Amino acid sequence: MSAVIHPVLTVPALPARPPAPAINWRGAVLPLALLFAWWAVTALGWVDTRLIVPPANVLHTAVKTLQDPVFLQGVLFSLGRDLSGFAAGSAAGLALGLAMGTSRWADRALGPSFHTLRQVSLFAWLPLLSSWLGYGELSKLVFIALSTLYPVALGTFEGVRGVSRAHAEVARVYRFTRLQMLWRLILPAAAPQIATGLTLGLIYAWVATIGSEFLLANWGNGLGNVVIKARASFNVELIVFGMLAIGLVGTALNRIAIRIEARVLHWRAPSPSAF
Amino acid sequence: MAHAGTLDIRSLHKHYTVSGKTLPVLDNISLTIRPGEFVSIVGASGCGKSTLLRLIIGLEAEYQGEILLDGRRIAGTSLDRGIVFQEHRLFPWLNVEQNVSLGLLNADLPEHEKRSTVREHIALVGLKGFENAYPHQLSGGMSQRVAIARALVNRPEVLLLDEPFGALDTLTRSHLQQELQRIWQAEGITAILVTHDVEEAVVLGDRVVVMQPRPGRIRRVIDVPLPRPRDRASQAFAALKDEVLAEFDPAPR
Repeated sequence: MSAVIHPVLTVPALPARPPAPAINWRGAVLPLALLFAWWAVTALGWVDTRLIVPPANVLHTAVKTLQDPVFLQGVLFSLGRDLSGFAAGSAAGLALGLAMGTSRWADRALGPSFHTLRQVSLFAWLPLLSSWLGYGELSKLVFIALSTLYPVALGTFEGVRGVSRAHAEVARVYRFTRLQMLWRLILPAAAPQIATGLTLGLIYAWVATIGSEFLLANWGNGLGNVVIKARASFNVELIVFGMLAIGLVGTALNRIAIRIEARVLHWRAPSPSAF
Repeated sequence: MAHAGTLDIRSLHKHYTVSGKTLPVLDNISLTIRPGEFVSIVGASGCGKSTLLRLIIGLEAEYQGEILLDGRRIAGTSLDRGIVFQEHRLFPWLNVEQNVSLGLLNADLPEHEKRSTVREHIALVGLKGFENAYPHQLSGGMSQRVAIARALVNRPEVLLLDEPFGALDTLTRSHLQQELQRIWQAEGITAILVTHDVEEAVVLGDRVVVMQPRPGRIRRVIDVPLPRPRDRASQAFAALKDEVLAEFDPAPR
């Protein structure tokens, strides 16, 4: 018997992926205006140029600093610290979120403590961490991991809780084992929220990396330390350049995370925009 | 071709307990379905027809009486019984081929045979060429075709259909009804269709079981001795349809 496809049910082509958005030039207007204002107030001498340094000086410092291997080493050091802490924190967050999401017992046992501890500002952990672990690498890593853990655990928990009953019934009909339930239903179904948690975790981790270098400063390596040292020597140009570098690295990390998320979650329908 | 199963339901009772009170859902259902038969079950909402299907597939437990497939009592879900739900329930992160393969995930078949069986069933429901499409790229009718392929890929003895075309537009629905009849004949399996659409029940069923609500019980079983494919415009069809509809008249209860 031949399979008859009725014309109504045949679709000529699958909808193509939306094209990559063009660069949004309008977004550049505000920074350019601020840059101009910055240049104008310094050039016209309306401000104390020792505190508000002229943009040209910052550019000069930037060119000089970028040639300095110590600076680039610092960036790499911070990135390494960031990613190690992020890896540890997201692994722990995934495990915690999965446990609370899949087991009622774990949710009852861990949930209240988790949601209470979440209310403690992350920076409030620093005095305790430095008392226990000092100002070295370990306390910085723990702080970064802790910062990553909350959003990842929360995203995972909510994703797992959101697995639909309808899909779970399909899994029962096809007699999924517990492992198949986890790998073929729960994790893929929760993937969008897990991805959101991870992306947020990556942002928190970078904030925590720089924060730990400021607040657990030990004159070691890292981008945060570059800025701290600049502050000590009253090098405002370097402070400003350091801040810009921190922002750029953070933006780059976020861009990469969003790219990976879009690739992994390619099966999602393009979300209909309200405007 | 699959082995078609005999389904034997004997004095089946089912109730829910809602805040301490016993709420009967199914009352003394007895029905024997022959191998290869197509039985339609119609009834107003609340007559327990979907619950009956959920008991047969094994998603609901706890009942009095017996549900026997080829003489064996049903306990839990099994790859012997396939189901198509009202919503397609495809996994959105899997493409058509992967969704259909889910049916064979725990089947005892070598990998290459699984692949060829999946391919055959995608062709059977008329979706050749759409193997790599994701659910969000498919229309409602196409998604339901994938769900039918997923339910059949195990070559179950019984195919259960829980208002499978209820959410589709009229045109797509009548095409899929024809398609379902073709697939049922090609596979030669036992099929039970739950629907609230009397025409659909008469078009597809060898017998139409009319259920009535509160509590759900069988009101009447009507034979449909019309040749297939059925001509909806014929007088005999209209007469049978009227006979079924007459059972829905608000008789005093």
